[in-house]
Amino acid sequence: MAVDKFPVEAGHIMMFARSVGDDNQIYYDEDYARSTECEAVVAPPTFVQASAQFDPDYFLRPKVGEPWFGSGGKPTGVVRESGGGGGGGGGGLHAEQRYVYHRHPRVGDVLTATTKPGNKWERQSRRAGTLKFSETVTEYRDQNGELVVTATGVGVQTERPVDQG
Amino acid sequence: MALNAADLNVGDTHTERVVEDLKRTQIVQYAGASGDYNPVHTDELFTKEVAGYPTVFAHGMLTMGMTGRMLTNYVGDGRLTEYGVRFTNQVWPGDTLDATATVLKVEDGLVDLDVTTVNQKGDVVLKGSAQARVD
Repeated sequence: MAVDKFPVEAGHIMMFARSVGDDNQIYYDEDYARSTECEAVVAPPTFVQASAQFDPDYFLRPKVGEPWFGSGGKPTGVVRESGGGGGGGGGGLHAEQRYVYHRHPRVGDVLTATTKPGNKWERQSRRAGTLKFSETVTEYRDQNGELVVTATGVGVQTERPVDQG
Repeated sequence: MALNAADLNVGDTHTERVVEDLKRTQIVQYAGASGDYNPVHTDELFTKEVAGYPTVFAHGMLTMGMTGRMLTNYVGDGRLTEYGVRFTNQVWPGDTLDATATVLKVEDGLVDLDVTTVNQKGDVVLKGSAQARVD
């Protein structure tokens, strides 16, 4: 993932806070936020994940003029190769996520994100067969080039759907 | 709002119910806000017939986001220095989740916390740690 411009916007923080069920007024009310230690509307702890909105190539968003693998008239709009994103009886799941906050993003920041691949490993699982893990490390920097958040994500491709038994 | 080191003891806990009877609509809200439109979270037909799961399920990041709300309510806004988790079980519509922070260490103006979120069956769905600045 590479994001050249991730503007941290008040309306986006409001929608994000609503979606995680957080009614803390620091995410909704600029006047209240100014009266707090943060002195501004700040981002909730996992907000930088929403930088996906500003990634032109993000593959889990339908794009104008391109096929989409979700259902329409049929269960899927695209016949996919086995193993990708849900097709073929297994798929990609999010296994781990870690954030280091150098500071907390606030409304008005314009962040960039650059991602590097990290470690890869495999292990066997009773519930889902062979698990293939891969790590990515994303650095979010502000308009002055200062590091704001370091995010480490681990994705896992499962051989088959996770047994719910 | 923020915690005071003098008031904290190893083993102290803070628990919040972060969602009761999770609705599919909340998962849709999270998809829209985060930008992660993976159909396994919102598209019942795709999820059953193509992905092979009984119904749609929550983004791991929705569980981490809801658990993050418990953390910021406990440690105060803008106080987290680290927050990391593993997703250990999927979260489904209808689930009720309780998130708990447990004090592991208080040192040099920082508190280290264990973070655990369990569903209504007692299964751990999220396990991790966090660190925050304290007064």
